[in-house]
Amino acid sequence: MVEATQNQVSDPNGIKTKTEVKNLNFYYGSVHALKNINLKVAENHVTALIGPSGCGKTTLLRCFNRMHDLYPGNRYEGSILLDSGRDRLDILGRRVDAIEVRMRIGMVFQKPNPFPKSIYENVAYGLRVRGMSRRSAIDEKVEKALQGAALWEEVKDRLNDLAFNLSGGQQQRLCIARALATEPELMLFDEPTSALDPIATASIEELMSDLKKQVTVLIVTHNMQQAARFSDFTAFMYLGEMLEFNSTTAMFAGPVKKQTKDYLSGLIG
Amino acid sequence: MSGKENRKMRGIIARNKLADGIFAIVGLLSMLVGLVVLLALLVQLGIDGLQRLSWEFFFSFPSRKPAEAGILSAWVGTALVMLVTALAAIPLGVASGVYLEEYARKNWIADLIEVNVTNLAGVPSIVYGLLALGLFVYKLNLGESVLTAGLTLALLILPVVIVTTREAVRAIPSSIREAAYAVGASKWQVVWDHVLPYSTGSIITGVIIGLARAIGETAPIITIGALTFIAFLPDSPFKSEFPYISFSWLQAPFTVMPIQMFNWVSRPEPAFQLNAAAAGIVLTVMTLAMNGIAIYLRYRFRRGIKW
Repeated sequence: MVEATQNQVSDPNGIKTKTEVKNLNFYYGSVHALKNINLKVAENHVTALIGPSGCGKTTLLRCFNRMHDLYPGNRYEGSILLDSGRDRLDILGRRVDAIEVRMRIGMVFQKPNPFPKSIYENVAYGLRVRGMSRRSAIDEKVEKALQGAALWEEVKDRLNDLAFNLSGGQQQRLCIARALATEPELMLFDEPTSALDPIATASIEELMSDLKKQVTVLIVTHNMQQAARFSDFTAFMYLGEMLEFNSTTAMFAGPVKKQTKDYLSGLIG
Repeated sequence: MSGKENRKMRGIIARNKLADGIFAIVGLLSMLVGLVVLLALLVQLGIDGLQRLSWEFFFSFPSRKPAEAGILSAWVGTALVMLVTALAAIPLGVASGVYLEEYARKNWIADLIEVNVTNLAGVPSIVYGLLALGLFVYKLNLGESVLTAGLTLALLILPVVIVTTREAVRAIPSSIREAAYAVGASKWQVVWDHVLPYSTGSIITGVIIGLARAIGETAPIITIGALTFIAFLPDSPFKSEFPYISFSWLQAPFTVMPIQMFNWVSRPEPAFQLNAAAAGIVLTVMTLAMNGIAIYLRYRFRRGIKW
């Protein structure tokens, strides 16, 4: 059933699959939160995960960088393959270090969570973790990341200011820059605009469309219009299952499943 | 609503408000009882003691003549003992607190340890004194020294340091930890780069409050055999020739402020009571100053950190 919907997107234009989720099950203790998920994330495209609250979309997203490892009692089954072009790494593999996974996959959270440090140190932190210490090299990467997050012009004269002095939208773009600085292969966004006002949301959305040129994007959003505006593919999740997956235009034009239809028309949510 | 019902409701409101008024008065009186007694104690201490406070009082050894006696050996002893206490309690307590909060598995053993650490904070201090007498003085042969006293008081405040460290670490939101883990930080990098720096203010506050408790402790120090009459100073920790520092002060016999006070209070001559009051003022000011430093440091370190 799920396989059938998958096949609709094995793309004629030769879109490469960056990450492939195979038969993923996830348990919070005895709660079976994700049920046999299969999903292909297309390289240099934006894939959106939508669905009503509690459907498991954030849970699925947090499997991609093994965030669940931080808390006891969580268990994964199945695999998530990350294709770097040279090799395929099973993110969930027992011998795979979660730290390696997180070095290759960046994440932006629901609420902006900058460190209580300077703007510069926030962006530089990922580089420092990787043992970089040469000031000029870090300077260069910090500037590039801030430009990538469309924040450079606003902060270039006050890089040593505390990050908390920025506005909410700027803080979220700073978090995007922090993730971009280490040049991840895949970027995860967990409802990145849900804590922001409409103007800040618009600037982040604009940024997302640019981002896919440099990185593959997987985004969880509670707001389906947002998914429609800038994602290329959309997956609809419901009660821990992936009910439907398609290109965004096809999904919004003609949802196949009844639940998808109901969700998109606002009957459930 | 009819006029009758309205009047009834107003009656109920008036009765409810009466309880408000009564409690406000009872509460105010309760507070005054505590405050007035404390204030009276302090004023009495001031009246008795201020006349004895002078430079000579700070820089004289105890003496059989009340007018010549001073607290030099007592405050130097207190300072050295506090130094040992801080050096022992801070690393042990902070490391334990961080381990329990960030590293240890959360299971029944962790719960058991948590309950025990909290209980240890409530163990009477003289019990620590007995333990220290057995362990440090007899088993480890550290003698009745500055080192023994410092380590004993360190044990005494260790639970306080552990508990405050855990609370400080727990107060850091998990979103900050997740942000650091998400860029690929290891557990140690998260602790060293984020958890410790952001909780330093609260940890220091806890340590100082612990030290402020230790500075006034008398019972355990008497138990391990502090002397009450010391007319010499421990060897100086700093030397003019190589290697410039010395550790022989650790083995020196010593006295501390509260013991000096206790000694003077137990003398029959009334003049010694004045000395005790003066020493009491000094000890109170030392404690208040430590609390003041704690408040200042908390303010300093929390600037720019808000969750």
